Amino acid sequence: MNVDFRTHPDRYRHWRLTIDGEIARLGMDVDEAGGLGPWELKMNSYDLGVDIELYDAVQRLRFEHPEVKAVVIESLKERIFCAGANIRMLGCSTHPEKVNFCKFTNETRNGIEDASRNSGQRYLAALNGSAAGGGYELALATDHIVLVDDGTATVALPEVPLLGVLPGTGGLTRLVDKRFVRRDLADVFSTVEEGVKGERAVAWRLVDEVAPTSRFAETVAARLHDLAATSDRPSEGPGIELTPLERETSDTTITYPHLRVTLDRGLRTATIVVEGPTQGPPTGPAAAVELGARFWPLAMTRALDDAILHLRTNERDIGTWLLKTEGDPEIVAAHDAFLLDHLDHWAIREIVLYLKRTLRRIDETSRSIFTLVEPGSCFVGALAELLFAADRSYMLDGTFDGIDEPEAKLRLTGANFGPLTMDNHLTRLATRFWGRDDALSHAASLVGKELDAVEAHDAELVTFAYDDIDWDDELRIALEERASFSPDALTGMEQNLRFPGPETMETKIFGRLTAWQNWIFTRPNASGPDGALQRYGTGLRPDFNRNRT
Amino acid sequence: MTTIADKVDYSTLIPNNVGLADDQKLLRALEKWYPKYLDWWMDMGPTGFIHETPFQEADVWLRTAVSVERDGWAKFDYVRMPDYRWGILLAPTEEGRTVPFGEHRGEPAWQEVPGAYRAMLRRLIVIQGDTEPASVEQQRHLGKTAPSLYDMRNLFQVNVEEGRHLWAMVYLLQRYFGRDGREEAEELLRRRSGDPDRPRMLGAFNEETPDWLSFFMFTYFTDRDGKMQLEALAQSGFDPLSRTCRFMLAEEAHHMFVGATGVGRIVKATAQAMRDAGIDDPYDVERIRSLGVIDLPLIQRKLNLHFSLTLDLFGSEESTNAANAFHAGLKGRFHETAIDDDHQLLGSTYPVTKLVDGAFRQVDVPALNALNARLRDDYVEDCMGGVRRWNRYIADAGVDFELTLPHVAFHRQIGEFAGLHVTPDGRVVDSSTWEKRRATYLPTDADRLFIEALMQQVTTPGEFASWIARPQKGIGQQSVDFEYVRIPATG
Repeated sequence: MNVDFRTHPDRYRHWRLTIDGEIARLGMDVDEAGGLGPWELKMNSYDLGVDIELYDAVQRLRFEHPEVKAVVIESLKERIFCAGANIRMLGCSTHPEKVNFCKFTNETRNGIEDASRNSGQRYLAALNGSAAGGGYELALATDHIVLVDDGTATVALPEVPLLGVLPGTGGLTRLVDKRFVRRDLADVFSTVEEGVKGERAVAWRLVDEVAPTSRFAETVAARLHDLAATSDRPSEGPGIELTPLERETSDTTITYPHLRVTLDRGLRTATIVVEGPTQGPPTGPAAAVELGARFWPLAMTRALDDAILHLRTNERDIGTWLLKTEGDPEIVAAHDAFLLDHLDHWAIREIVLYLKRTLRRIDETSRSIFTLVEPGSCFVGALAELLFAADRSYMLDGTFDGIDEPEAKLRLTGANFGPLTMDNHLTRLATRFWGRDDALSHAASLVGKELDAVEAHDAELVTFAYDDIDWDDELRIALEERASFSPDALTGMEQNLRFPGPETMETKIFGRLTAWQNWIFTRPNASGPDGALQRYGTGLRPDFNRNRT
Repeated sequence: MTTIADKVDYSTLIPNNVGLADDQKLLRALEKWYPKYLDWWMDMGPTGFIHETPFQEADVWLRTAVSVERDGWAKFDYVRMPDYRWGILLAPTEEGRTVPFGEHRGEPAWQEVPGAYRAMLRRLIVIQGDTEPASVEQQRHLGKTAPSLYDMRNLFQVNVEEGRHLWAMVYLLQRYFGRDGREEAEELLRRRSGDPDRPRMLGAFNEETPDWLSFFMFTYFTDRDGKMQLEALAQSGFDPLSRTCRFMLAEEAHHMFVGATGVGRIVKATAQAMRDAGIDDPYDVERIRSLGVIDLPLIQRKLNLHFSLTLDLFGSEESTNAANAFHAGLKGRFHETAIDDDHQLLGSTYPVTKLVDGAFRQVDVPALNALNARLRDDYVEDCMGGVRRWNRYIADAGVDFELTLPHVAFHRQIGEFAGLHVTPDGRVVDSSTWEKRRATYLPTDADRLFIEALMQQVTTPGEFASWIARPQKGIGQQSVDFEYVRIPATG
């Protein structure tokens, strides 16, 4: 099954997006028959297809609706908010499908929090009925949760008692790290399948407030108004329309404007070439908005985002990604400066935040990432982040024999020292030089300078600097060697090495919650023939191996 | 503050066979709950007057369950309803009872809640419990238009016994489920039928019971769902639930008797009036109604409504919850122990009616998942008896009309057929066709106005409203002419 992440509100099957001035409503009305596989999406349960639409809606709200300051996620079904991820879908999905699904849904929820925190678009969850599992986790990603108090509606995380898995879309983490639910109450809450309702849900900090049915709508409206008042977004447009993303695919190539991917199925590598802009930046933010989705930083980021999602989901055997850039460093530098100069403009801020989130996807990707710096490349500022997101990097020292191109240079800018943080809330350079402030300050002193391979290597900005005599052999051997390792061990190793430094909610969600969840997913207690996921819905109880591991 | 609890000895006030006098924990819980229950009863129980005396102050000839002996479990007497002795009575213990079905089949029945099934069991009990007070709330205004003292008494009997059934479920919650159980018991008193803020849990229990035809239909059809659910729970491996439900079934039989005979007497009154007036055409509605009786097509429409609403109470045809509850040994099938199979259903299938390519077909699904469908099928079968009897009254009067149960897919909100537009005779049509014919399928506003105008309280002993026939005999050793509800002799 080939999953396409591109969609549009006109094609949504599961969500209704409506805008009324500064308030947007994201109504969940999952089409039971609209699942990506042979499962019925009952009771507003979701699969990847539902979440792709949610991601699209969240993105469009940010770019196309600068005037929207508060968004309510609500259910269009009566007396049910959302029953979470569809259990039959999880039951019939392979392990990689489950893991990919969880990663994407986690990234989408982190994106919602990013909108709340950084782009002045605040989110509210209006729970008109029970929210269970992933349904409650979706609510947890918002700023404010209102639960209807009708004597029946509950919030619940029934995964442990009912399904033998974890609330893996941030649920456990957000309880204690975001909502400050006491850990013992969180333990109780996460083991009562029926959940908690009414005033107790407030007392335990699981929701922010409850409202009876007759006052539910007015309570939600009032809170939306309050949230909107905290926003710094402009009160009117124009926005940037996210026009259909152009993409051409063949068996071994994927081509977008400003980005192309070439697959080598033998070596199991994908070479991703980001192409720099051919024209200088516009005169100001308004002109950038006018360029809209054609504005290079946005167009390039959209292509990169889609390429990552596509490769992750549809090209799972491709274990190593080689990142390259191609273009005029001066024009890239001009764009980089343009973005940094106009961070206080909503649209520029939005583009930079989007680039931040997209680079974070690379950090969270379970592929080996190598970045190659060759003549003709344009690793400047934001694009240089592709070097620091990589597990290792190679820079050509000098030029290729017989090719008339100047040697490759690397250039740091302010973009490498501020806005493009990782999930640990540090810049990639601060992460790279964790515990070594001198190395970080030295890198900062190089801002604006063109660094050749030796200089970049001395400043510890690249892993290897090889001349053209060694280049091909070293790379070939490295790639063949990489392809020979256990993909599982590589994923585990890479994920452990990519995030030195402090934990944040996001790193815990990916590094702790997801890692445990992925372990549980492979255990017979969950996914064996007698495990909880397989037996769910049959009436039979799982037959657990009682060993604590 | 003086509450009833200060001066009442519950262990003697509450008829029981659960050793209440010696169970301090349970007594304490009930002492807290009982005053709230009485408040609820006064607030939401029968309301209205007979001869300017509130129903709650009238003497009503009621039976009270006082023991669980087969003969003499009930005692009849004049009782003011708030003084009714709502008892806690469980069918006698069966020595050596085992779990009759599911994974634990053959193991000794549980006398305490198994921890692994706490949530599932509690939910089953809460849902059952929620229906009991709901029907009292739905029926609270009906005394004002009772067609006779006999019927008024039957209404109140049903009401106090639904109250007792609430008690029975509350007993289980308070005795076996700790603090959570006590909270749920209080919630049962806080929810209100039809209240948008705190509705009852199941849809049909938030619908109005606006008139006596509805009441009889409700007791015939909806209480029969209650019976089926109780029958299924009476099989439970959790012995206290099983014993509670078995005893409740003894009372529930009377409720269905009220419904079956009530609709029957209405049908009979109509058929006889038509015969006496020489009207052959059952669709000659104006003339029939002018006789002070309810036309048969309207009775059919009411039947359609109540039957279809009740089918929704069985839940989705294919249900994980039902499968879980069966496999766990908590909720069985109708007459489980009489069924000749392995009582575990691991490999077997059950045919479920579904719409396949535009036609209703039977599709085999795993039997464990089809338990709701099966219970519903048993229910439909169980509904037939009364309908056949009613049709006999019509035939006896020489009228050419037959009441029928509508197709199971007609007018459904839950399960396989939700969202379809199906006619009572089982044809799938488009929504505009269905809407155009709606007034022939379901009661209309005009029907409602007609019935409202027709129904007036009758309070003379032995007299009956024109639209309902006299019953064949009285109740509780009394004649039909007995003064079943009276103003107390002394204030």
